[in-house]
Amino acid sequence: MRNMVETLRILVVDDEAGMRMGAKRALRSLRVEVPDVECEVALELDDAPSAEEAIEKIKSDSPHLLLLDYKLPGMSGLDLLDRITEMDGETLTIMITAYASLETAVTATKRGAYDFLAKPFTPQELKQVVSKAAARVVLSRQARRLAEERRLVRFQFISVLAHELKAPLAAIEGYLRIVRDRSAGDDQGAYDHMVDRSLIRLEGMRKMVTDLLDLTHIESGQKSRSLEAVELAEVVRDVLETFAPAAKQRKITVSLHTEGPLTITADRSEVEIILNNLVSNAVKYNVDGGNVDVTLKGDQESVRIEVADTGIGLSAEEAGRLFEDFVRIKNARTRNILGSGLGLSIVKKLALLYGGDVIVSSRPGEGSTFSLVLMRKVPNEGPAPADQP
Amino acid sequence: MSIARKTVLLVDDDQDFLLQQKTLLQAAGFDVAVAQGRAEAETVLQKSRPDLAVVDLMMEHMDDGFALCHEIKTNWPNVPVILVTAVARETGLEFDPNAPKGGSWIKADAMLAKPIRFEQLKREIDRLCG
Repeated sequence: MRNMVETLRILVVDDEAGMRMGAKRALRSLRVEVPDVECEVALELDDAPSAEEAIEKIKSDSPHLLLLDYKLPGMSGLDLLDRITEMDGETLTIMITAYASLETAVTATKRGAYDFLAKPFTPQELKQVVSKAAARVVLSRQARRLAEERRLVRFQFISVLAHELKAPLAAIEGYLRIVRDRSAGDDQGAYDHMVDRSLIRLEGMRKMVTDLLDLTHIESGQKSRSLEAVELAEVVRDVLETFAPAAKQRKITVSLHTEGPLTITADRSEVEIILNNLVSNAVKYNVDGGNVDVTLKGDQESVRIEVADTGIGLSAEEAGRLFEDFVRIKNARTRNILGSGLGLSIVKKLALLYGGDVIVSSRPGEGSTFSLVLMRKVPNEGPAPADQP
Repeated sequence: MSIARKTVLLVDDDQDFLLQQKTLLQAAGFDVAVAQGRAEAETVLQKSRPDLAVVDLMMEHMDDGFALCHEIKTNWPNVPVILVTAVARETGLEFDPNAPKGGSWIKADAMLAKPIRFEQLKREIDRLCG
């Protein structure tokens, strides 16, 4: 949102030409400051001598802000206010009352005016009132934009998810049909292989659903986190044990390097999710006979977990988008490796939750090292507000 | 002596799709060659001359399928190509490749949306090299 220019159209409605000119002159030099938003507000000023002409201009230009004189020849300011409310409700009206009459101001406000200004007023008073209304227009516009962006992100997430779940479903369905119809003839080995492949794709789907639940828990902030003293080496050992069979099968050596106990305040299941994802990747994307080294280091404030593999590695471009949702690196060496594309996105979100971060250093063909830093004390209790499903 | 069996080249990075279509095509009396990417497909094409190629649109790179299709049409113009894609809706490629607008640049002889039904694939294969 930096360096954004927000255009604000202001229509001055007054039957006195001098008032219209004066107001426009005063506003020309107005610099609108919107708190907490870095943007420039460009004002476009126009005027109308009557309510009837104002209606035409509102229809054609849809101004954001109306400086409306209460007393007008023909249709009155209050009647115009009613018309505006009927028309869209997007335009903010500042009612200019002829005298310092509280009663008129109250009536106008009740009928939908945003603010009022009593004649006679100084240019400074005018600027102040317009400034406040302008800030409000810009803020609500940005809020709307943000809501729309979130809606799009959510929509995109759901369509990618649906696509990712459809692929294994189609694969499993295809195998089931072949087995049912005995399309491979008498080749029992072929059917066994197809059943195995179906189980692998089902496992992939299960992982995707689990990851999705983890992600939803983290982002919704609903999950009740139970913070306790967690001994990291202990968790790492458990995780390494889980992946030992897969590693052994491919002759991958898995080791833990630590200089003694290292304790952090954390939700144990979250630390497990992080390590599960990193170690699982280190095994999955390794070469047969390779190494996975998990190193734990710590100081007073933070702990550092490094998971290094001797696997296929990543290019700088690939590393750059690795932590986004559903990003999977597609190339000849990864095409038969299954994954949800959510694991590292989860790791990143959890790391941020612990006031830390995760980075990757890698070279294609030489392996990757994921370095994760977590604060020993959780900075804030609740997770960040969700901006994704 | 039976009539010569037709050979179909299947190109897709999805090993499950390859295995399933290969099994079904073989059951239907075809010889099948498979390739898991563009480079592998080129090797197959240089060594043998399939009667038809079934090519997935999105493999390692977004446009591998298009590139391969174009290559086949340039170097082996008599080999019909069926493009299959799982992202028909997302890419908006649901048009008929025989229509003037689509056919002029896509070059494929047919396009099918994944998940494809085998009967549908078989019908297209029979139509194109029957």
